[in-house]
Amino acid sequence: MKDSPHFDPAPRLGDEVRKTTCYMCACRCGIDVHMKGEEIAYIEGNRDHPINKGVLCAKGAAGIMQHTSAARLRAPLKRVGERGEGKFQEITWDEALTTVADRLSHIRATDPKKLAFFTGRDQSQSFTGFWAQQFGTPNYAAHGGFCSVNMAAAGIYTIGGAFWEFMSPDWENAQLFLLFGTAEDHDSNPIKLGLAKLKERGAKVIAVNPIRTGYNAIADEWVGITPGTDGLFVLSLIHCLLRSGKVDLDYLARWTNAGCLVDGDPKSPTHGLLLKDDRGTPLVLDRATRKPRPWDAAGVKPDLSGRYRRAGATHRSVFLHIADRYLSEDYAPERIGPKCGIDPAQIHRIAADLAHTAFDQSWQHKQDWTDMRGQRHTHVTARPVAMHAMRGISAHSNGFQTARAIHFLQLLLGSIDVPGGSRFKPPYPKPAHAHPRPHAGCKPGQPLDGPHLGFPQGPEDLLVEADGTPKRLDKAFSWENPLSIHGLMHMVISNAYAGDPYEIDTLFLYMANMAWNSTMNTSQVMGMLSDKDEDGNHVIPFIVCADAYSSEIVAYADIVLPDTTYLERHDCISLLDRPISEPDHAADAIRWPVVAPDRDVRPFQTVLIDLANRMGLPGFVADGQPLYADYADYMANHERRPGVGPLAGWRIAETGLTDGRGQPNGGQIDQYIKHGGFKTYEVPQAARYMKTFNTAWWDWSQQMGFTDAPAPAPFALWSEPLRRFQMAAEDGGPCPEPYRARMRLTHDPLPIWYAPLEDGHADPYEYPYYALTQRPAAMYHSWGGQNVWLRQIHGRNPLYLPTKLWEKCKFQDGDWARVASVHGEITVPVAHMAALNENTVWTWNAVGKRRGAWALSPKAPEATKGFLLNHIIHELHPEKGDGLRWSNSDPITGQAAWFDCRVKVEKVKAPKVSHPAIVRQDSPVGQGPAIVARHTGAAADPAPSLLDRLKARFL
Amino acid sequence: MTDLPTHTEKTLGLVIDLDTCVGCHACVVACKAWNTENYGAPLSDTDAHGATPSGAWLNRVHSYEVTPEAGPPRIVHFPKSCLHCQDAPCVTVCPTGASYKRTEDGIVLVNEAECIGCGLCAWACPYGAREQDPSQKVMKKCTLCVDRIDNHNLPEIDREPACVRTCPAKARHFGDLSDPESHVSRLVAERGGMDLAPEQGTRPVNKYLPPRQKDEEIDILAPLLAPVDQEPGGFLGWLDRTLDRLG
Repeated sequence: MKDSPHFDPAPRLGDEVRKTTCYMCACRCGIDVHMKGEEIAYIEGNRDHPINKGVLCAKGAAGIMQHTSAARLRAPLKRVGERGEGKFQEITWDEALTTVADRLSHIRATDPKKLAFFTGRDQSQSFTGFWAQQFGTPNYAAHGGFCSVNMAAAGIYTIGGAFWEFMSPDWENAQLFLLFGTAEDHDSNPIKLGLAKLKERGAKVIAVNPIRTGYNAIADEWVGITPGTDGLFVLSLIHCLLRSGKVDLDYLARWTNAGCLVDGDPKSPTHGLLLKDDRGTPLVLDRATRKPRPWDAAGVKPDLSGRYRRAGATHRSVFLHIADRYLSEDYAPERIGPKCGIDPAQIHRIAADLAHTAFDQSWQHKQDWTDMRGQRHTHVTARPVAMHAMRGISAHSNGFQTARAIHFLQLLLGSIDVPGGSRFKPPYPKPAHAHPRPHAGCKPGQPLDGPHLGFPQGPEDLLVEADGTPKRLDKAFSWENPLSIHGLMHMVISNAYAGDPYEIDTLFLYMANMAWNSTMNTSQVMGMLSDKDEDGNHVIPFIVCADAYSSEIVAYADIVLPDTTYLERHDCISLLDRPISEPDHAADAIRWPVVAPDRDVRPFQTVLIDLANRMGLPGFVADGQPLYADYADYMANHERRPGVGPLAGWRIAETGLTDGRGQPNGGQIDQYIKHGGFKTYEVPQAARYMKTFNTAWWDWSQQMGFTDAPAPAPFALWSEPLRRFQMAAEDGGPCPEPYRARMRLTHDPLPIWYAPLEDGHADPYEYPYYALTQRPAAMYHSWGGQNVWLRQIHGRNPLYLPTKLWEKCKFQDGDWARVASVHGEITVPVAHMAALNENTVWTWNAVGKRRGAWALSPKAPEATKGFLLNHIIHELHPEKGDGLRWSNSDPITGQAAWFDCRVKVEKVKAPKVSHPAIVRQDSPVGQGPAIVARHTGAAADPAPSLLDRLKARFL
Repeated sequence: MTDLPTHTEKTLGLVIDLDTCVGCHACVVACKAWNTENYGAPLSDTDAHGATPSGAWLNRVHSYEVTPEAGPPRIVHFPKSCLHCQDAPCVTVCPTGASYKRTEDGIVLVNEAECIGCGLCAWACPYGAREQDPSQKVMKKCTLCVDRIDNHNLPEIDREPACVRTCPAKARHFGDLSDPESHVSRLVAERGGMDLAPEQGTRPVNKYLPPRQKDEEIDILAPLLAPVDQEPGGFLGWLDRTLDRLG
């Protein structure tokens, strides 16, 4: 049949391409937005962009529906009903900003800590943190504390980098890839692109995950581990490798603190810390001279089996401590396998695979470089074993130590920052001691005394009063969780409600659904947000929310500041913040308004600048004059340190344009727009591997403005900060009593495993299953998965049950179950899944919505059959005889222990809706239209009837 | 009814790698986004914010659980769109000639102006690969992005279906399966590309590359790591000797 001209074979994508950065999750891919006039016609991946190289995920391609979502807020709102009802009245921006600025000005002048400013999926933390610091409240953090702080903290304290943003598997050269606890998240497209590369080369992929979906489904081997036991599995691998001598002794001696001597004198004030010289440099026993010498001295040969006797005490090398611990039969696969729900033979086999790949498939990669000892090298030894780990590891109360165990394993194999292994991404590596310390020094009318978040090195860096009372509302950097480098957003509302450690006035939230899926204990937290005292005043006096959509948290705000969509705003993906670099280049990027808002909304960062200007905050106002008109102005002209600003590209040097350090350039954003919305900065050849010890790396790092001085430090197999806290909990130490026993156990300077802490509160026999959540690939981290296309892909979230449980309770398709933890119960639809650890049940997170939210019908399946596990995960453990309710968090970092949740499951008669059925909220934006036919230009014509069509055809 | 061509000059189609598809739905949404803006009527969604949302999609990903006799259960993600069959029953059943297979490249298309929305083609398709637009009531199906692949308004590198261009796991390949030297034909030959439900007799053009062998049985006789602590001096003896060798 001859083709007829019934379609246009060569349509134009649009009149113009506008290149910006996606915000449908945390990957920050480059996107080409094709415009027809001022309307968006199509969004696809930017082929030149270093993160996604042209590809785009389901979320990214559905960005067009997010941008046009019916749930978008349209104007500033003032609450007129009760909190949580969703009854609002539209107000002007002037009224909204005046109300907020007046209230905040009063707080700042009297007691700045009474403002709690917490941001959620904020990609401008460098800016929002600066704003909060200039305001002067200690109560600021973003969502890292309930996301993946264990990964960041364990990585940076151990190797000066971390999975995802600060490291990448060497996809091009790895021959074996171990993926721990990763659903389709963090990070999304780069991992998929990487898996494709591995598969193309036939490299082996091993997935360690209780649930075999997504990336785990395509792995060559699945380790269907019981939740919370990954640390045991890794320590057993370490046992096998050590016992067989399959560790990289040369790497360990040169680049880690394995050769450093541990003070073995029990009477010494530094017992258990590393012996140091007068300058504070750790000492090793030199194999050549048999004398202690600084670890970084020229020509030193650290003795891994070093023993040094001085003044009646013997000081042994870290490596000997390691051998003592992990050679123990306690870590033999035969003992560990059953605890992890896996066959011991599989542990033996994977250990053999690791050893074989790391050592028998190694090669010498030609690379001239010079280390900090002054020694020149011509090669780097490749170790083609790469690893990645994420939420399944971090969301347990033993996650920090487990993540540390994984890095420990990588170090034993000599696979950090070498070809084939896991490589640092600029501006990392940056060891913990080279980061700021946390600050909470707060005075009326003054900025905070330094940045909020930082890396404590010991008890002296904690943010506590003399009596141990936390200085921060979320109790970050307190004895309860000392290394809480991202804060504890999940504790903010309950602490504010309890007035513990103090009461606040205003809760200011940005892009964080703290009345729904981003909080633990959702039902009660909703009550805390709306509850009133005996006098009829709200317990949390004032709530401000900035959000683009009619979410569940918006219903609780007194004032709503409507944000733009990601296509209507400026943003910078800054090297001062969470950059998008890859191992061979640094990179930064922008967003810019590719379309103008059609509603009375403003970009949140610009709103913060407006508030700062109204309040006259230092850093924003000088001599009574505002420094920045809006966020774009800030992006181009703010300098954090002289010559170092939010964007590193196209800065001004004496002789022209430069990258890295340079003067602000008013035309900088135009340059980014002209060049596709991003810029990359090549790492010099000599600086590409072994960066932590590589002089060329530190030279470039300083030149670019990442650091002001070199900071080489041996990789920390033995963690001194942990030991300092452990020591503080030993006899005579300053740690307050309630925390001592736990701190002694958990703050071990070598990786350990302990059972998830909820196991101590929920009887494992009564509550035999761990309940987990995953975000689906098509919705992970996307702010508003309700969009019209994506909700058709993931509109329901049954609780998936393993075969044994399914059969035991005689479940059938369409059945419902009551699921109870020690904290509460939910009644939900269930489904069977065989590719699941037998001790695990799980569901998709955040598919469930509150009735009336997100412009959905109250009858939407998300609101009737959808559910959250959050109702049965409490932010506090039950009281256990000590009068205390411990936070449900990692005791080291404060990471929210979502995945510790233990449940029991019983079949019940199917109800009409899932339980708890939260009362409906009013929608300030109404309900979205019934029919959507996405197309530029006029709305589609109504459909002709079949009769009309037949008539048209035949009559 | 409608005739099929006896011969097509090219045989364009997709090769989908089930070994690398992670089931992320990127292809599904890119397809919808491209095709709602181009080729015929938009792909509409009904009850879009309601209790039973339903829309027209030209490509969907299904996930199946497989429990092999030996080894752990696993999940296979299975993207499915029109397979552009050589013996396409959807074409021969069409009462108006709206459904047709192109002589030049074998792509099966619907001329929406001729489509009366009777739905016979959807009934005839054994793969369920056609969907009627719930709003416009015309039949919708994969066009292999016929308006991209020869589109001189696109850069040459982008002249491939939207689903192929976007696939983050590189699980989708597009080309001429009648050319034995094409990338797709070589993949099919190397990886044992398969027809979907060949017993239906439709001779589908699209091919699926089967998942590779997974979860190999653990060979209890395979050499495990030999302990060094059996050697003289135990672990520390081994350590000292090895460190001496390192110099």
